[in-house]
Amino acid sequence: MLTFVAQRVVKGVIVLLAIVVLNFFLIRLAPGDPAVVMAGEAGASDQVFVKQLREKFGLDKPLPEQLFIYVKGVVSLDLGFSFRQQAPVAKLIGERLPATLLLTLTAFAISLMLGILFGTFAARFAGTFLDTAITVFALIFYAMPIFWVALMGILLFSVTFDWLPSFGYDTVGGNYTGLAHVVDVARHLVMPGMTLGLFFMATYTRMTRASMLEVKRLDFVKTARAKGLADSVIQRRHVLRNALLPVVTLAGVHSGTLIGGAVITETVFAWPGIGRLMYDALLQRDYNLLLGVFVICSAMVLIFNLITDLVYRLVDPRIEFAS
Amino acid sequence: MPKRVLLGLLLACGLTAPTLAQEPKAGGVINAVIQPEPPGLMLAMIQNGPTQMVSGNIFEGLLRYSPKLEPQPELAESWSVSEDAKTYTFKLKKGVTWHDGKPFTAADVLFSMEMLKQTHARARTNLAQVDRVEAPDDYTVVFTLKQPFGPFLGIFEVGSMPIVPKHLYEGTDFKTNAYNNAPVGTGPFMFKEWQKGSFIRLVKNPNYHEKGKPYLDEIYWQIIPDAAARSVAFETGKVDVLPGGSVENFDVPRLSKLKDTCVTGAGWEFFSPLAWLWLNNRQGPLADKRVRQAIMYAIDRDFAKDVIWNGLGKVATGPSASTIKYYTDDVKKYPYDPAKAKALLKEAGYKGEKIRLMPLAYGETWQRWGEAVKQNLQDVGMNIETIATDVAGGNQKIGDWDYDIAFTYLYQYGDPALGVGRNYISSNIAKGQVFNNVEGYSNPEIDKLFAEGAVATPDSKRKEIYEKAQKILVEDVPVAWMLELQFPTITRCKVKNLITTGIGVNDGFKDAWLDK
Repeated sequence: MLTFVAQRVVKGVIVLLAIVVLNFFLIRLAPGDPAVVMAGEAGASDQVFVKQLREKFGLDKPLPEQLFIYVKGVVSLDLGFSFRQQAPVAKLIGERLPATLLLTLTAFAISLMLGILFGTFAARFAGTFLDTAITVFALIFYAMPIFWVALMGILLFSVTFDWLPSFGYDTVGGNYTGLAHVVDVARHLVMPGMTLGLFFMATYTRMTRASMLEVKRLDFVKTARAKGLADSVIQRRHVLRNALLPVVTLAGVHSGTLIGGAVITETVFAWPGIGRLMYDALLQRDYNLLLGVFVICSAMVLIFNLITDLVYRLVDPRIEFAS
Repeated sequence: MPKRVLLGLLLACGLTAPTLAQEPKAGGVINAVIQPEPPGLMLAMIQNGPTQMVSGNIFEGLLRYSPKLEPQPELAESWSVSEDAKTYTFKLKKGVTWHDGKPFTAADVLFSMEMLKQTHARARTNLAQVDRVEAPDDYTVVFTLKQPFGPFLGIFEVGSMPIVPKHLYEGTDFKTNAYNNAPVGTGPFMFKEWQKGSFIRLVKNPNYHEKGKPYLDEIYWQIIPDAAARSVAFETGKVDVLPGGSVENFDVPRLSKLKDTCVTGAGWEFFSPLAWLWLNNRQGPLADKRVRQAIMYAIDRDFAKDVIWNGLGKVATGPSASTIKYYTDDVKKYPYDPAKAKALLKEAGYKGEKIRLMPLAYGETWQRWGEAVKQNLQDVGMNIETIATDVAGGNQKIGDWDYDIAFTYLYQYGDPALGVGRNYISSNIAKGQVFNNVEGYSNPEIDKLFAEGAVATPDSKRKEIYEKAQKILVEDVPVAWMLELQFPTITRCKVKNLITTGIGVNDGFKDAWLDK
């Protein structure tokens, strides 16, 4: 297993570097010059100022040289300096990472737990009213755009009922500490967490249901029934466990996108996370910051892919690690 | 309807006499929206709108400007001008201290001038007129100009010329100075905390040099990136102040009707944002003056004002906003007249060539305006194709002169020499330039007039020159002037005296108080 992990890590580093190089050029293909954007914001676009900014940020150097400097930095774990925010990229990402992880992991947990639960019920009662109700419920949240669900949530729970805060990570000026702070953050987390979680829940529900129905038809389930095992045991031990493989695959893919996949939710709920940082960086053509976020996101995808492969082994011991 | 509502609210809750007459009460916290999140707060190094809005509370300039753009004391308590209009002497206020307790003196002003020349593009341009700056004593600063410069007294507001602490910046690398992240100024509020992505917190400066001010204890600038969420934040009472441009225009009438809500369009007199369409004078049908004039006649600007901008603002008559010096409306008029537009297009021999229209990527209001203009132009037979971009992409296209018609709006900074001439003088034509004369208009007479206007004395001479320039420009239509914009500031009515100068919410909250 160690050899397997080591091999995957080496491959991952190579892939990561390839991603860095590719993104480096892709970003520069987009029209728009960061120096001009900044000069515009300063209300002054005289050539001297723009030239000064380009020199300051090294944008006047030939592209291969800029790439070399950047890759050299990444190899030594230095993600560079943000032009616009005037701060090291790693620091900016570090400031936002906890909020994003809290949001996306909460959403991930909600979607996975509810998805598997509902999927199991739907499969267990396939063809009944309950199955239809679950399917419709899940599809509604999948079909509706996230920003719409978010805005409707705000309208209902913040404006109409005034139960939950409509934006932010915690109460500004609340100065809560200890448990009160945890409760405060949790209250702020409910709506963004549910909005994002319910969207992904639908896919898990559908996947679990379909997979379970397929497994239920297999011979070993019939054998289990013939052996006289209780239905709950068959469902849990034989059907669900075997049906989980595609769900784990999907979860692996989703978890890789956790960092950058919450842009809309973070924007609507003013959640101070990475998604918003990335979105602003894109609009500002803040190359280093954007690349930095891409590097972190790519690294997360690779790490979660590795974890997914390891989880496969736990779920299905028949799968062996190919060396 | 929205117009009436707004007018009513302005009258009911605006800066009416009884409001001003009330005795200010001390204490309280204001929650205001800041959008987008500023990249930093060091005003001498970063000059974008959000930075000034927050840092206008931390830093100060030598002067402020009334809504009529008359200079008022700030760090300078008085000033005088020599007879030849080349020497300006400022007497600085005594007893002013930086937030760290060190005294503010003329040395800080001298140092700021040197620093700003390196870090502040607009200040550098303005200071190019200055031959030398001297400090005969700790509380006197003398600017000697190379030649008379009419708008000189208009360049000292905090955003254009912030005064920075010499003792914290001298001999340091400005870019990496630690005080960029915890700025120290002389202003009414001190920087306290910045939770990136959430809020910026400023607290009262207890040693502020105007006794009794500021009245507020704290200001929280809340960062809420989505326009709809900002509206909700106001609606649910989480924020008290929505500075101009914080919410989409279509939300303004709805928010205006909320209980205890006040709306004002005041506070934009200094910047006087003027919206227009860049018309690429270099190529195609738009190279013909008659086609450009046809565009002026074809666009229903009253509709844009009343419907898209909810009645706020004013239809522009030419290159100067009516709020800045030497404005005249004694120029050729372009009322909405599609028939005349069609006739002019026919006369110019326009045969349906495709014309690209680029709206401004600043949100829904601008998109809607782009659609309305497209429709107006199509109605008179023009073949319009809309080009969608984001801000950076749009700037690139404009800088490369790769457009036909493009929306923009620019500040005028109170004087034609500061904010008007730059868009029409031919020396500003340069590829890559995004904001000044990107239309490619070149008229030696206009060049001469703006060059003369900047240095002419006395004032009556400047007036004469600028009025002539306005007439020529309006006849030539190098760009299509649309509206003098007003970005409504929406507040709870308990917030008093928020806007007291021509710079509005960008000028700090030192006069603001809460009627609890």
